Amino acid sequence: MNKVAFTSRNLYLQVLLILVLILLVALPFYTSAYNIMLLCNILMYIIITVSWVLFSGPTGYISLASAAFFGVGIYTSAVLGQSLPLPLVIIIGGLFSFFLALLVGVITLRLRGMYFSIFTFGLVELVKHFLLWWEITKTNTRGRFVILVNYIHVFYIMLAIFLVLLLIAYLIRRSKYGLALQSIGEYEEAAAHIGINVTLLKVVTFAVSSFFIGTVGAVMATRWTYIDPVIAFDPFYSFMPVLMAIFGGMGQLYGPVIGAAIFAYLEEALITRFPYHYMLIFGIIMVVSILYLPEGLIGLLQKLWKIINSGRLAVYREKRQKRGTGREQENA
Amino acid sequence: MLELNNINAFYGKVQSLWDLSLKVEEAEIVALVGANGAGKTTLLNTICGLMSPASGSVSFLGRRIDGLTPHSIVEMGLSHIPESGRVFPDMTVRENLEMGAYPYHAWKMKEETLKQVFQIFPRLEEREGQLARTLSGGEKQMLAMGRGLMSRPRLCMFDEPSYGLAPKLVLEVFRIVNSLREHGITVLLVEQNVRHTLEIADRAYVLENGRMVLEGSGAELLQSDYVKKAYLGL
Repeated sequence: MNKVAFTSRNLYLQVLLILVLILLVALPFYTSAYNIMLLCNILMYIIITVSWVLFSGPTGYISLASAAFFGVGIYTSAVLGQSLPLPLVIIIGGLFSFFLALLVGVITLRLRGMYFSIFTFGLVELVKHFLLWWEITKTNTRGRFVILVNYIHVFYIMLAIFLVLLLIAYLIRRSKYGLALQSIGEYEEAAAHIGINVTLLKVVTFAVSSFFIGTVGAVMATRWTYIDPVIAFDPFYSFMPVLMAIFGGMGQLYGPVIGAAIFAYLEEALITRFPYHYMLIFGIIMVVSILYLPEGLIGLLQKLWKIINSGRLAVYREKRQKRGTGREQENA
Repeated sequence: MLELNNINAFYGKVQSLWDLSLKVEEAEIVALVGANGAGKTTLLNTICGLMSPASGSVSFLGRRIDGLTPHSIVEMGLSHIPESGRVFPDMTVRENLEMGAYPYHAWKMKEETLKQVFQIFPRLEEREGQLARTLSGGEKQMLAMGRGLMSRPRLCMFDEPSYGLAPKLVLEVFRIVNSLREHGITVLLVEQNVRHTLEIADRAYVLENGRMVLEGSGAELLQSDYVKKAYLGL
């Protein structure tokens, strides 16, 4: 891999990224409301997945708490949506998730492997049942209405959150903290030995990733009009990011983005076409991708890229060899 | 430079260090030798902040460091190079080394330090882009040592750097540890390879069952009947 090829590939990526961005910004002007809402849904999954990968990807701590942070965002929106402007509600939703993650992080990040995953999953249920109890005994409400927001606004807000998240994920990856997170995943004790403040780094990254999940919850709540704790804290949103990240591949930043985009689109397409069998088809796709795509879609693409390149090289070598032997024969 | 006074430490209810005192002066190579289970690694973990002593004090550069977190101790200039193989397997040699420069003050000078480390370990420069998991045992040890030096330490603690290495590499490791003097780095060397260790050490301590049993210059200990009988098989 020489340097020139690397930078030119980066340039292609940047140009592609800007083109996609322009396309997305202009989208509401020439497509239907249904498509915009579908895109919002896809963006939602992408943001949750990229946030999840931000922490769980490099460190290997598999968090199943995404649904808890998502739900906190949703509930913030339901409770404060009537009295505060939307941008403020979104930021508050993110901050609530941030602080919940800080608290949980301080308590649980001493746990490793399975224990951490199980605890984070328990957190979803814990928050859900606490809220249920609170709503029934203290506020006498079972569900809440959320103020509807223009779908085009929702779309632009989601796009903005996505871009900010992408930028932050990119900056973390490039900085020494990205490498430090990876070193925690590879050998936590050695990471502590070389002077990394392991606990602080883990807790803060976990909280930052939760912030974004919270903001998305706050925005998307406006699409659902009615929510209650059971709807808001659906464990489905804990498992989806894990599946999508595995499906896309976590080695690169664009892996989870592409994985989540395809997966979310697939979900929508399958639900509309095979409403009774879509879960079955979903399951089969998942099993196949785990069995045959250990590095996800991105891993597959990289392999194909390598094969194409090495194929070119082989053809080139063959040509040269033929020319060489031809000359030798002439000489003889 | 480093001073331990009357350290007692426990693993649960079992006492593993008994009233230990130890001193390392600037620019010295001090060795700590002893058999398996004598408490050498426990002692190093206590110094670098991974464990805290039940009683006694640890001070470094005149400041109490017992009770501080490992990363703040590293930032003060004390580097602990754990037993071999503890490198980050799926990161390249270069990334491993860069991570060694993680503390704030070291990060700013990492390119410069990297050059120096490559001078000490030319082998690592050859393998710069390779994943650490593909290195041989000796190379991994070199990498762990190089990574420890990347934080620009004043004092380096080595935990059995020669463990599991071929005899030729063992000599190489001791040569390198000895050469750190020229870079102004003080060394606390923990080893089971008693002969080589005592040959390069200015002073040495012998640890048995969590207690210091002997103390003296490297040459003195090499001549002592006790060490000859118990550790050198003479």
